[in-house]
Amino acid sequence: MGWFFGDSSSDSPQTESHTSSFDENLSTDSGFSSFDTSSLSSGLDSSSIGSGGGKDSELQSFLMMEQQKAQMQAMIHKMNEVCWEVCVGAPGSRLDARTETCISNCVDRFIDSSLFITNRFAQLLAKSGGGM
Amino acid sequence: MDSIRTEGLSSSQREDLMDQVKQQIVIANTQELLTKMGEKCFSKCITKPGSSLDSSEQKCLAMCMDRYMDCWNLVSRTYTARLQREKNFQ
Repeated sequence: MGWFFGDSSSDSPQTESHTSSFDENLSTDSGFSSFDTSSLSSGLDSSSIGSGGGKDSELQSFLMMEQQKAQMQAMIHKMNEVCWEVCVGAPGSRLDARTETCISNCVDRFIDSSLFITNRFAQLLAKSGGGM
Repeated sequence: MDSIRTEGLSSSQREDLMDQVKQQIVIANTQELLTKMGEKCFSKCITKPGSSLDSSEQKCLAMCMDRYMDCWNLVSRTYTARLQREKNFQ
């Protein structure tokens, strides 16, 4: 993932806005960009992709990069769904500190669980493969 | 992913193609967000479906949407920070 994060300057610059006017968040492009991670990379124009090969490798790199970003987005949507169910009871006028802690722990534990499951599954496969 | 035959494209056509791809991804992302948000907020806010949405249900939906998006932002930040940490440890 090095080349992906080589472009990102910092954390995703989403604002923790408590605005309750959802028009602002949905109707403008800047509203959209706060929800997609294309704001993570500094934009395709400034990133150096495929400087050596022809234009095709540039396109391929671009598409790979977009695919990675889309996978990240899918992951974020999944985690959001799960952590919303776990951490948020009744929606209030803002997310309180306990809920925010719960959500951020939830994300980390979700990733830890996925890694744990993947690794253990690989071990189980290796064990059963060796036993045959 | 199969290699893509794009030799015939001019550079402005490539730019257009890349812009289109980026657009499509933004659209897909937004659709996903709206779908999920709709499911979650409906189940939180509409417990007894009536013949119309009354004002308390609408208020609940509005608050739920805002909280869902706050949650999305937080998850996104936390996830990105975690990936960055993992990358730094490699």
